[in-house]
This record gives sequence, structure tokens and C-alpha cells, in this order.
Amino acid sequence: MSTVVKGRKPPRVGDQPLFRRALIGIVLVLVALIILAPLVIIGVEAFAKGWAVYRDTIVHPDTRHAIMLTVLAALIAVPVNTAFGIAAAWAITKFDFRGKRFLLVVIEIPFSVSPIVAGVAYLFVYGLQGIFGPVLDAYGIKILFAIPGIILASMFVTAPFVARELIPLMQAQGRDLEEAATSLGASGWRTFLSVTLPNVKWALLYGVVLCNARVMGEFGAVSVVSGNIRGQTNTLPLHIELLYHDYQATGAFASASILALIAVFTIIAKVALERQGAGRVRSDPLAAANPAEKAS
Amino acid sequence: MKRNVLPGLPLSLGVTLFYVGLIVVLPLAALVFKAASLGPEDYWRIVSSARALASYRVTVLSALGATLFNLFFGLALAWVLMRYRFPGRRIVDAMVDLPFALPTAVAGISLTALFATNGWFGSILDDFGIKVAYTPLGIMIAMCFTSLPFIVRTVQPVLEDLDPALEEAAQSLGGSDWEIFRKVILPLLAPALLAGLSLSFARCLGEFGAIIFIAGNQPMSTEITALLIFIRLEEYDYAAAAAIASVLLLTAFAMLAVTNWMQARALRYTARN
Amino acid sequence: MKIRLDHVVKTFETFRAVRDVSLTIESGELVALLGPSGSGKTTILRMVAGLEYADGGHIYFGDQDATDIPVRDRGVGFVFQHYALFPHMTVAENIAFGMKVSKVKREKAAIDARVAELLRLVRLEGLGDRFPAQISGGQRQRVALARALAVDPKVLLLDEPFGALDANVRRDLRRWLREIHSELGITTLFVTHDQEEALDLADRVVILKDGHIVQQGTPEEVCRDPQSSFVMKFLGDANVIAAEVRDGKAYASGAAIEVSGLADGKAELYARPADLDWSLQGPGIPASITRVLDRPDGRRVLATAETGEHLEFDVEPERTVKAGDGGFVTLRRAKVFAIG
Repeated sequence: MSTVVKGRKPPRVGDQPLFRRALIGIVLVLVALIILAPLVIIGVEAFAKGWAVYRDTIVHPDTRHAIMLTVLAALIAVPVNTAFGIAAAWAITKFDFRGKRFLLVVIEIPFSVSPIVAGVAYLFVYGLQGIFGPVLDAYGIKILFAIPGIILASMFVTAPFVARELIPLMQAQGRDLEEAATSLGASGWRTFLSVTLPNVKWALLYGVVLCNARVMGEFGAVSVVSGNIRGQTNTLPLHIELLYHDYQATGAFASASILALIAVFTIIAKVALERQGAGRVRSDPLAAANPAEKAS
Repeated sequence: MKRNVLPGLPLSLGVTLFYVGLIVVLPLAALVFKAASLGPEDYWRIVSSARALASYRVTVLSALGATLFNLFFGLALAWVLMRYRFPGRRIVDAMVDLPFALPTAVAGISLTALFATNGWFGSILDDFGIKVAYTPLGIMIAMCFTSLPFIVRTVQPVLEDLDPALEEAAQSLGGSDWEIFRKVILPLLAPALLAGLSLSFARCLGEFGAIIFIAGNQPMSTEITALLIFIRLEEYDYAAAAAIASVLLLTAFAMLAVTNWMQARALRYTARN
Repeated sequence: MKIRLDHVVKTFETFRAVRDVSLTIESGELVALLGPSGSGKTTILRMVAGLEYADGGHIYFGDQDATDIPVRDRGVGFVFQHYALFPHMTVAENIAFGMKVSKVKREKAAIDARVAELLRLVRLEGLGDRFPAQISGGQRQRVALARALAVDPKVLLLDEPFGALDANVRRDLRRWLREIHSELGITTLFVTHDQEEALDLADRVVILKDGHIVQQGTPEEVCRDPQSSFVMKFLGDANVIAAEVRDGKAYASGAAIEVSGLADGKAELYARPADLDWSLQGPGIPASITRVLDRPDGRRVLATAETGEHLEFDVEPERTVKAGDGGFVTLRRAKVFAIG
């Protein structure tokens, strides 16, 4: 018998060693330049003037207030959005009704709308020149240039996040399990909690994590509706802008480092959840851009 | 229609419609209503003013440039991640999501720091006479950053699900790597690429936070449309803000429609008789 | 083109898929690789194609060592199990693909003419403009064959060619493939786990188990003279009866049959349902009928021997048998294999 060489594979397309190495090399260099470098420079700039300056920025009352406000916005917007996402996914995947496709398209709209446009749109609802503005003003209720406006704008930009993770998965899982549970006499809530939820919990968490990251980082929409009042309506991203334009670059980067850290944790959580199978059921390109195809 | 077996339709659909109506539809309708209340002449004057036109031009051209770059880079990145094994592959794969996870304002100041003439990259490029910060090139780079994941993430799953037998069949019929890529793999990726492209382009058109720090924001040259809306608001010119915002909104809707149509066309071969 | 495999070995991770296989396929022959799943038959086919590389041994095409020639230069036509038709190309474009990417440049008109000729050969005239999603499974199968034949391959390789089709379509396509083979005379190797398919179609059947060839020969040879209990059982229904060999004869509770070349001792007697018969008098295996199954082409009887063994045999439909009858199962012929 001739010599035995184990594991030899015929080359697939693009497997020539030279091409392969060149392509990996180019891609890695570009990733380092375009994705890694911006992350690294945040740390470098934040500590450019040493640890003491960094600490002073973080503990400054304005920064602390911005952090509080950002957390508050997330604490309200994320759970409300999650409840909506679950309701939408249940309605869309467990029932057939007219206009389902249209509803799906509407839910996805915030993805394609500029955050600035979203902010402006809210002005024309709750602002003085808007539909409800004069009425609200007469009763002394402040929505715009106040915390409610910030939360509403955050809800707009993140409206599809939870729903779009749940819908494809629940669509793929079908209705059999829920119908079986109901036929055995389980109530609707009971069916959802003990049959549906265990099967979609990772996808739900995945949507929640991404939604949270977006709420905490939203800038455009929030900057229109917040009024940018220092120490009052500044979220962390707005606070960064303020410091940056005040020529306090180190302070801006110090504040940015908090958000960058959240981003890194978001990605770690995302990878961990993907290992549990979340974020997977979207292999059909049509379903990614247009879940209506699958749902109808 | 099948009778509903499961409970909860009125509640879940009610919550959904109420939320979508209040959070998404009402504000957008209010915006369109406001823009429409201007009357055609005023509307046209505002949206076709020289400054607005200049903002569309720089926004669209930069978005096209950024999307084109991301088409090649995103495809190469997805290909490398799915087809090759190398140390650090998982880390690179995770890093692709950074532009989505990193708040745009943070991306904006860090890209500016990198590309300013005294920054890491800016100083090197400056030696070659290339200015990035405060030029349209800076706008493009900010757009590239924020929209990069779209193409990678739409192409990746399709590459993963591609039946290896198709490639083997093409090889057994004598096709070279390039021919197989061009005639078999690329057409099968096309619907995903189109989806990624349009998502990426739409994101570029609407991007604000990452751009305003690096753009220079000079009217007529480096002022993007989103910023012009913002400036009109600060000037309390709400009508103009509404009009220009409605242009961005209608463009986004048009993009959605075109994308759906192109995808349906690209996938028409899957339809049965 | 004659193909020769010389001591070929292939291991995946730790699974030894093919262990030292040597095999010759004569030019123009139609050979079936038959075996259960995991027997290495598909791996052998893919190594002949160049879709896998052998870890050891050599594969010769004629006199040329083809072991390391990549698939695109090997000149084989491969029909994949699920056809692997390009979904975005029409039937005609699929068939033309190999000619378009060939190093031999062809005029468009020449390609079109060849495509038309192949569509006629596989009886798909008029379907050239359809997409694969728009035709039936059997039609896809024929498109896949036409596409493989379009490049004038030296060898045609088919992986479970009829596996995904329903029974009627299979039978038709089998006959049709046999006709095409007679017409073109191309050396053909195909993989199947269906013994009927292998026996119907092939000039020669190669039976595999656990990466080894256990027997090869014409359908007649493997059917009439199985060399092992595995082949006997794999090729079709068989009754297994405990027996004892003494002085050139095998004895199984009341029945006896001549055997040669077996040492005295315990053995197993294998008999097809058609090799047994039913009689009211001995000698034979005393048994009682438990059930009678009527089928369009005959009557199958299930019986239990006094020793407790379950037996199945066929009788003419005219025979009056019913459950509960007692009698004797007689042996027309049988194969006896020593145990161990």
C-alpha cells in the first residue's frame, strides 16, 4: 500500500493558498482599521490625561445625571417594547387575519427611518406646533424637552427590535404545541408561559439586549426632542456631544468609554445568546428584510 | 379562513395596533400632515432650495460610495468568516456587530479623533495630501462604519446554507473558481446582497450621530440632509424642517418598495408553476 | 474508459469509511455499488469523481494515475443525489453550463444544438425554459443526467440516482437509464442501497459492508451464490433456521440438505420464501400456519416451527392453506453458513 495521508480535501472555490491568505490579510487589516481602531482610541483618549481626570469626569454631577437618565429611559422603554414585541409576535404568528403583511411592514418602518426624522415627527405630535401640544400645554403636561419625550423617541427607534427576533422563530415553530396545550385545557396565559416562552426565551433575551443597547445609545431622535438641557434632559450620548463641543475632549471620551463598555458587553451577551441558538432563524434573505413573506 | 383555536387575538392584536399606532404611525402621520399643510408652492421652494439640494447631493453620493465600499468589503468579510478557518475568526465575527452596538455619537467622536489631521490615520493621510475629517470623505467613512454589518449579516447565513453539492456540480462540469463564483455563487447570494445593500443605503441616508462630528457641517458642501433638518429646527423654522424631513421619509418608503420589488424579481426562479 | 481502484483507503476524522478497496470497472460496464448506509459506497464514488481525495492507494483512469487529479480536470459526469441543479438557471442553462465554462470554446449555436439534442435524449423537449423549481422530481433527475452528459464525460457517476423519487417513477427511470447506457456505452458507476435497483440495472454488482467489498459479480452470481450470510440477508427476505452439519449434510429439525465444503458443527441454514414449500407429509420441518397473506402476485404463508422459529414461504394462490393448519415445511434449496 502507498503512503497514507489523512484528511486531504479537494480544494473548494477560493481555496488556493495564495488567494486565501491575501483575502484573509486584507479583511483583517480593514477590520482593524475600521472597526477595532475606533474602539481602541476611545480608551486611549479617555485616559489621555490620566486616571484622576477620568474619574473626575465620571463622578461629575452632570455625568452622573446623564447616566441616571439613560438608565431610566432604558428601564421604561425596554420593558414596554418587550411587551409590545411579545404581543405583536403572538398576534402575527398564531393567527391569520387580513392586513398581516401590511402590519409587518409598518412594524419594520422605524428601521428605515432616519432618527432625526423620528424626532421631528414627535415634535409635530407633542410640540407646541403639534397636534396635542396646545392641549398638553394648557394642562401643564410637559412631554417634549423632558423625560417622556426622550422615552417616546427611544421607543420609536427600537419598536421592531424584540418583535423581529420573535416573529421568525415563532413562525418556524408553528402552532401545534400551543393548540395541543389549549386542547388539554390550558388557558391562554398558561399556554404562553409554559409552552411558548420556554421555546423562545433566548430569542426574546437577544431582542431585549439589542433593544437596550439601542435605547442607551440613541442620539439623533433624542437630541431633537430632549432640548439638551444640561443636568436635566441630557442622556449620556447627548452629554458626550455637549462636552465635545465644549472642547472637553477627554471628558467626552471618558463618558463615551462607559457606552463603549456597554457595547462590548452587548456583543458578548449576543455571542453567548447565539450559542443558545438565538438570532439564527433568519436564514431566508426575504424573511430578514421582509418577514411578511414567511408569515403570510 | 380557519377558525381560531388559540386564545388571545383581541388582546395581542389590540396591544400591537395601539402601540404601533401611537408610537410609529401617529408621529409619522403628523409629520406628513405638517409638510402637506405647507401647500405645493412653499413645499417645493423649501425642498428644492439650493442648500437643500446640496445636502441631498452630498448625502446620496456619500451613501452610494459607502454602500459600494461595503458591498465589496462586506462580501469579502462574510466570505472569509464563513469559508476559512483562522485564529481569531470568532472574535472578528463578534466584532462585526460593534458598529451596531456602539452608539453613533461615540463612533462619531472616535472616528473624528482617528481621522483629524493630528489623529492616528489623519496625520498619515495628511502626508499624502488626503484630508478626511471635515470633508465629504469623512462623511463617507462614518457611513461605512455604521452600515458595515448589514451586508455581512445578510450574506453570512446564505453562504452558510449554500448547498455544497452546487459547487461540486459546477466543479465536476469543469468550471474554474472564478466562473463558479460569478455564475453560481454570486447569483445565489444576489437576493441577500440586495437586501443588505438597501438596508445599508437606507441607514447611510438617515445617519446623523456618527456624521455630524466628522463632517465639518459647512452648508453647500459638507452638510447632510439630516443635519439641515436639525438646523432648521434650531432656527424654529418648523415648516422647513417638516418639509425636508418628509423628503427623507418618502425616500425611505421608496427604498422599501424598490427593495421588495427587486428581491421578488431576484427570487422569481423559486416560484413554482 | 477502464477504472481501477488499487488498495484505496479513506478515513473521516476517526471513522474509517473505506478500508483497502480494490476494484476494476471495465470500459463500458454498468456497475452498482450496493450497501447499507455507512458501508463506504458513496465515499468510493466521490473518490472516483475527485470530490474526495483518497488517504492511501491509487485510482487509475485507463493507464493514468488519477488519484490526485482535481474533479474539474477528471472528465467525469456526476449526478448528485438531490441533483444539485442550479436553481437560478433554466433547464437549458443548466445543461449548457459545462459547455460554457469548458476550456474548449464552442459557438453559441453549437451549444444550443447540443442542448436541444440532450433534451431530446432525456425526453424533456419543450421544458428548456423552465426553472428547476417548476419541474417534477423525475424531470429534475433527467436534467441532472443531461447536464452531466453534456461535457462528454469519460465516466458517468450517479449517487443514489433514484433515491428521492417515488416507486413508479423509479421503475420507469431505471429502464430508461439502462437504455441510455446501451445507446451511449459510457462506463457507469452508481451507488444505491436498494438491492432491487442494483440487480435490475447493473451488469455487475459490488456489495459493500463497513468499507470492505464483501462480494462482487453479475446479478446472477450474487443472487444464486451469496458468499456470506450478510449478502444473503441484504439481497432479500431470508428464513434463518438453526442447523447442524454432519458428514456433508445439514440437518434442521426433520429436514436435511446436501452441503459441501463445511466442517461438522453448528450452522445456519438460509432459505428464501420461494425456496420453501408446504406439505402435509414429512419429511420436513414440523410447523403450523399462523397467518396467510394474500398479495397480487401470490400467497405468503407465515408459520411457526415446533422449535419456535418463525418461517415465511410462498405458495401458489390456488393452494388451500389457512391459519391453524399443521404440516411440514420442506426445503427446495438453501444456503448453509457455519456460525462464527
